[in-house]
Amino acid sequence: MTGKPVPEPTPDTQPFWDGCARGELMLQRCRACGEPYFYPRPVCPACGSTDVEWFAASGRATLYSYVINHRPAPGFEADAPYAIAVVELAEGPRMMTNIVGVPNTPEELVLDMALEVTFEPRGAMSLPVFTPAGKARAS
Amino acid sequence: MTSQPGVIIAGAAETDAIGKLPDKSTLQLHLEAAVNAVADAGLTMRDIDGLATVSAPGPVQVAHALGITPTYLDGTGVGGTSFLLHVRHAAAAIRAGYARTVLITHGESGRSRVGASPFPRGGGSSIPGQFEAPYGTMGPTTAFTIPALRYMKEYGLTHEQLAYVAVAQRKWAARNPRAMFRDLITVDDVLASRLVAWPFHLLECCLVTDGGGALVVTSADRAQDFPKPAVHVLGTGEASESPMISQLTDFTESQAFRLAGQAAFAEAGITTADVRHLMIYDAFAHVPIYGLEALGFTAKGEAGAFIAEGNTEPGGRLPLNTNGGGLSYTHTGMYGMFAIQEGVRQVRGEAAAQVPDADISVVLGNGGMFATAGVLVLGRSGR
Repeated sequence: MTGKPVPEPTPDTQPFWDGCARGELMLQRCRACGEPYFYPRPVCPACGSTDVEWFAASGRATLYSYVINHRPAPGFEADAPYAIAVVELAEGPRMMTNIVGVPNTPEELVLDMALEVTFEPRGAMSLPVFTPAGKARAS
Repeated sequence: MTSQPGVIIAGAAETDAIGKLPDKSTLQLHLEAAVNAVADAGLTMRDIDGLATVSAPGPVQVAHALGITPTYLDGTGVGGTSFLLHVRHAAAAIRAGYARTVLITHGESGRSRVGASPFPRGGGSSIPGQFEAPYGTMGPTTAFTIPALRYMKEYGLTHEQLAYVAVAQRKWAARNPRAMFRDLITVDDVLASRLVAWPFHLLECCLVTDGGGALVVTSADRAQDFPKPAVHVLGTGEASESPMISQLTDFTESQAFRLAGQAAFAEAGITTADVRHLMIYDAFAHVPIYGLEALGFTAKGEAGAFIAEGNTEPGGRLPLNTNGGGLSYTHTGMYGMFAIQEGVRQVRGEAAAQVPDADISVVLGNGGMFATAGVLVLGRSGR
């Protein structure tokens, strides 16, 4: 059985993955226009400025959309069916993720429910995933 | 509305067979489609001076295999809509004098994988590899489908309406002997088919097949020189949005579909009221809904009901995906070529499920997962 894919950082994404290892969800923000954005890249997608900085996001998010996948990717056989979700971070940007700490069913996964980030080991990396708000601190 | 010289599709053909073709390689499918399309135009390979196809096996391989030394090459590979972009680029090249007669080919052993590149494995250092693949995506069924639930919440699209997209298209496929699936189905059949990625069931997902198609594009001043009626390229558009589904601007609409459509309609000088026949790339059941709205055929949030009310099926006022579409006709992985082929057949009046008075056909192609779009406005008469 093949393991789950492990992200391989590149120079432009390394600060994001370093943040995950510390338990922080790092986003970028444009110093010229103030726009926060994700995924990591050296140019602001709103105004084209390269004067950008990293900051730690709140980790709060809401559930924007998802599917419940019944045909698992290699490494995910034991998880199927599992949700592949997109969350909207409190700061605005969206990211793909998995939802943990709650059954991955249509009944339990309600759009716009409040979530918060938590981190899962993946190989030598730490991967941001989301859980219903309040669960991460409680556990 | 423009003084630019016109461009036509003078030849169009698919491979002899489509479906499950384990005895044909990817390259064979390209070449068979090319030979058929050039013959359809009444030409020989010596008449071809431009070649366009996607990156694998690529325009150099296809041209060389056919004995063509092109003066114009286009290897644009931005997903299944690439062939619509090839038509657009060929029109520009012909107007610029870079080529006189451009051959556009598609061949894909999508099902049998004979002579095909291996599927890219997720993960790694690419941006999708870092930020999507680790969450268990595996191809379009797991990602192209994600926006639909947001649309359903925002606009009240029901599971039954989503399922009905497949029902409506099967009605067209039932009239097309070349369609892979021709038995009529009901909403209950769709909802009882196995879950692939909730809310999507198997019958709401496209086929995976082998096949190919090709086009011959040239200038409209030669419109009388060919055996088949010329199909005029009245307007074209192309656009991109996001390489990752998670980064779409708004999960309830496609910016690329809208922008490509606006450009093509403006160039052609038409409105939706002029359109007699429509093809919308349907990798999954929600894509025609997004397409109808992006092109302005219905208001936002109304396309699901529009389809469920029968407007797009046989006898409806807006015939849509009349070959049966990717859901029932064929889908090699890059369906755009087959959408164009059906548009050409309808405008010529030679389709299996022929629509009356199909003098203007619009073809909307999707690339990747709402990543790119191409739109063609095809007409029986020049501008």
